[in-house]
Amino acid sequence: MLLFLNQLINGLHVGAIYALIALGYTMVYGIVRLINFAHGDILMVGAYTAVVLITMLHLPVLLVIILVLLVCVLFGVLIERVAYKPLRNSPRISSLITAIGVSMLLQNIALLVFTPTPKPYPISLSLPALQIGTLSIGSITVLTILVSAALMIVLQLFVSTTRAGKAMRAVSEDFDAAQLMGINVNNTISLTFAIGCALAGIGSLLYGLAYPSVSPTLGALPGLKAFIAAVLGGIGIIPGAMLGGLIMGLAESLTKAYISSQLSDAVVYGILIVVLLFKPSGLLGRGTREKV
Amino acid sequence: MLKVEHLDLYYGAIHALHDICFEVEQGEIVTLIGANGAGKTSILHAISGLLPYRNGLVTFAGCPITKMPPHKLVGMGLVHVPEGRRVFARMSVMENLDMGAFTSRSKEDQARTLEKVFEHFPRLKERRRQAAGTLSGGEQQMLAMGRALMSKPKLLMMDEPSMGLSPLLVQEIFAITREINREGVTVLLVEQNAHMALSIANRGYVLETGRIIKEGAAGDLLRDEDVKKAYLGT
Repeated sequence: MLLFLNQLINGLHVGAIYALIALGYTMVYGIVRLINFAHGDILMVGAYTAVVLITMLHLPVLLVIILVLLVCVLFGVLIERVAYKPLRNSPRISSLITAIGVSMLLQNIALLVFTPTPKPYPISLSLPALQIGTLSIGSITVLTILVSAALMIVLQLFVSTTRAGKAMRAVSEDFDAAQLMGINVNNTISLTFAIGCALAGIGSLLYGLAYPSVSPTLGALPGLKAFIAAVLGGIGIIPGAMLGGLIMGLAESLTKAYISSQLSDAVVYGILIVVLLFKPSGLLGRGTREKV
Repeated sequence: MLKVEHLDLYYGAIHALHDICFEVEQGEIVTLIGANGAGKTSILHAISGLLPYRNGLVTFAGCPITKMPPHKLVGMGLVHVPEGRRVFARMSVMENLDMGAFTSRSKEDQARTLEKVFEHFPRLKERRRQAAGTLSGGEQQMLAMGRALMSKPKLLMMDEPSMGLSPLLVQEIFAITREINREGVTVLLVEQNAHMALSIANRGYVLETGRIIKEGAAGDLLRDEDVKKAYLGT
């Protein structure tokens, strides 16, 4: 029972990180119908930013956290303006290939600048674990789950109640009609990328605390898993990304505990395949109505 | 109030609009009629900035608006109700109306406009919490018009408001359009239902394969033999 609870909590921990990253994929897809394959690499950008700022410039941690977020947001918005915006009216495959290209570019720049040798993640958290009876939950796990839950609530509130949030939903539903309402679509798209990348920046902090080794391909695997989480929950749907992330995290950690640690990825991808077979639009997806 | 001069629009190699010139004066209802594919919708999209055009000059309220991005026009008072309503289906009726008032900054102003919109369309008030996608076609048309009115337009461009509606609803929509016009909103109406459109309009332009072939007072067009034969089915 204790093992099960522990694995459940581990699953929530990993799942929360997947969910944070998945939100970026899903929000961007919702608004520009683009799978931003470079999104995972924003994680890597955030991690190296922390490495540079702390090990080389010795800045205080709190300032570093803020700067990491700013750099991630800046990268996200710049990537959209430079790489995706010019292709907005091109066939979707062009921007998809561009997204893969941007991802490769970021990884290779990191390879050139930082070499492939992994560097230790410079931020750590040394608080005592939370004890509930015989159950002990690590402080990083508690922090990750709390921060992610809070962010998801804030995001939900933002999207459903604020002017900018409603504009985002309007643009994602109907690009042209939103413009006819006086909504500046370019700004709304930038805002979407900014929010997605800020979440990825926070994801990079939480990921770094949990897996403190920074390499140029750091973002590839969590990025892929988060993308799958977004598809699993229904791409373009914000609660779907949260649900998908949690399911992936739980499936992964329970498989590792009870079946085999080598099979965990297979089980996760298997779930995706099964879900897509029966519900191609994802768990919370609403049919696949193509816009004309 | 709105002046379009020598507008030429191409879809790739296809010359879709040829030298379109027309004018809408303040307080008028002007209609563009013509068969499906004549280019009526393209004209509205060009004015709104949704479609790039090769040549032409568009002025609104004395301001050149040629190639202005669509979102800037709403604040100037030029509002486009697109073909097929295009309501935000997953948002509630109220949220749709809020989006219409996106450019307005004053809450009081918004509340007052909202009251007026609900006076025109009491059905929207009843359904304000409902998702717009669950409304009937007629209600969606009302929502699209109400949403446009929320931004307090000076000129309302309506694209095929009668499309897919029952004759009774078409009459209702047109009656409301006339009411809105009486309250001081100029209307540019694009319609396939030429008879209905001409019966409420002051003036009309007849469009055929991307060219304006006829223009005149709505009453004259209604009696015009060619127009009768081609568009009024009598």
